[in-house]
Amino acid sequence: MAYPASYRYTREHEWIEVQGKTGKVGITDHAQESLGDIVFVELPQPGSKVEQGKVFGSVESVKAVSELFSPVTGTVLEVNKELETSPEKINKDAHSAWMLKLEISDPAGLDRLLTADQYEAYVKEETA
Amino acid sequence: MATEDTGKEAAIPFEGKRRKVSSHPSQNEALIFEKSSPGKRAYRLPPLDVPEADPSALLGTSARQDPGMLPELSEIEIVRHFTRLSTWNYSIDLGMYPLGSCTMKYNPRVNEFVSRLEGIAEAHPYQPESLSQGALGILHLLERCLLEITGMDAITLQPAAGAHGEFTGILLARAYHQAQGDPRHRILIPDSAHGTNPATAALCGYEVENLRSNSLGMVDLAELEHLVTGDTAALMLTNPSTIGVFESEIHKIADILHAKGALLYMDGANMNALVGKTRPGDFGVDVMHLNLHKTFSTPHGGGGPGSGPVAAKKILEPFLPTPVVVEGPRGEDGRATLRLDYDRPRTIGRVRAFYGNFGMFVRALAYILANGPDGLRQTTEDAVLNANYLRSKLEDLYELPYKTPTLHEVVFSDRRQAQKGVRTGDIAKRLIDYGFHPYTTSFPIIVPGALMIEPTESESREELDLFIDAMRQIAREAQENPELVLTAPHSTRVSRLDEVAAARKPMLRYMPPDGAVGQ
Repeated sequence: MAYPASYRYTREHEWIEVQGKTGKVGITDHAQESLGDIVFVELPQPGSKVEQGKVFGSVESVKAVSELFSPVTGTVLEVNKELETSPEKINKDAHSAWMLKLEISDPAGLDRLLTADQYEAYVKEETA
Repeated sequence: MATEDTGKEAAIPFEGKRRKVSSHPSQNEALIFEKSSPGKRAYRLPPLDVPEADPSALLGTSARQDPGMLPELSEIEIVRHFTRLSTWNYSIDLGMYPLGSCTMKYNPRVNEFVSRLEGIAEAHPYQPESLSQGALGILHLLERCLLEITGMDAITLQPAAGAHGEFTGILLARAYHQAQGDPRHRILIPDSAHGTNPATAALCGYEVENLRSNSLGMVDLAELEHLVTGDTAALMLTNPSTIGVFESEIHKIADILHAKGALLYMDGANMNALVGKTRPGDFGVDVMHLNLHKTFSTPHGGGGPGSGPVAAKKILEPFLPTPVVVEGPRGEDGRATLRLDYDRPRTIGRVRAFYGNFGMFVRALAYILANGPDGLRQTTEDAVLNANYLRSKLEDLYELPYKTPTLHEVVFSDRRQAQKGVRTGDIAKRLIDYGFHPYTTSFPIIVPGALMIEPTESESREELDLFIDAMRQIAREAQENPELVLTAPHSTRVSRLDEVAAARKPMLRYMPPDGAVGQ
């Protein structure tokens, strides 16, 4: 699956779609592929702070539990409640199954993320 | 499902010796609730010869109005129901159990014999100390044996299993740093660790920091040096690691931690590879747990409770859980009276009712004494030999992601089979058709598509050869007829269960079809 060019990516396989001062965060198609069937997603409460590169939640598949790392520093505006009952949406379409909406407090942090091309190359290198 | 060779299987003749398995004697069995019919009883009580009590008069509103839905069956129906269910079990008494990292070794019968001796089996935890000298003697002798084996200074037998041992051990570390006036906030954990390690650290209030393995699957010393600070409470390390590799620079790891005042916690899950050969206390470990149900042959899994003693260095002794078995004055025969010491003001407190899972102490001590020092050393050598025998017989067909020499277990990856769409879980399921319990799949997560195999010392060469033949056959099948592996198991009562639905939408109790809760 193609990685949307308008998104930015982390080396821990999260994506962020920025719109003005807010951003939607999810995990990449490569991440869902290697995790396998996702059965549970643990997300923070709206209003809590997240920090770039730090854990904000976890995702559990039939194989393992993996931590989720925030692409930027900011405040959680909203979490995707749908994923509580339908975590399979991440497997079906990882790039539209957002987990968090964030208010970005440090826009400069976005420059440290990967572009779609860079991320694709990174995944290729990692799986080689 | 066919119980004999299917047409598809006949296409690939079995090479080597095949263990034939048949389907379960009982193919279907309804839930006990579904077999219920009103009025059936498995007992007949004599007429009531005391005044009948009225529950609501005695209990008021707490008296239960709805008797609940209980199955009603005759005794023979109940006996047959559970006997049939029992035929679906796989156990260590039936065959090899190669679950990596679990050390599913044989539970010697002498352990069971000793634990059933009347004076031991009938002992009560409330017996006075004067009448419990034998039981206290068992605790005390086991403690001394485990201290000699680990090279540590002090021990508690209380924790009920491995993760509970980790919890206790990290509480000791926390109490130690607090007592120094130097409370710390971070614990380092390698990416190859058991999931219980970060869970333990988080439960004890620490922030978990991930330590990446190097290309050999070992701790990266430079990375460790970079990450350890004055805020690091401990490193939780499994040695040998989950890929079976001994951390050959363990003493340097200890030095790096100690230089910053941090402690080295060792997860003893893989102690089966070290007993009688080297001692954690000698290579710098400050605190560790043991799994009596792995290394010391007490039942593992459904067979009995676990037991996770925690051994520590002198600096942590004041914080051990209470009570601690201590020697009192010696009598004329030169033997010390044993007593339980509760007067330990700096203790982290009790972590388990009474003294821990006493029945397991008896079994572990029986195992240690039956083997003796040379026997235990031989056990370790045999476990390592068995794992390396499997490794050498399978590494031409299964990818070995880390070529580092391994000890008691070996981790392959499904990389070659995955090219045909066959993954580690499929190979594991096919193994059931050849009469073996599957190995550990998809762990450790540093190896994508991991096949983690630990034969333990219990297995003879004959049994290992059967396993090897089965694994080699499956590798051929994956190349020539992947569908056969992808649809396995073919010999069982049910085949592929919907694990995903079971995890996403678990049904944890019986619901009658009409939705009624009671009758």
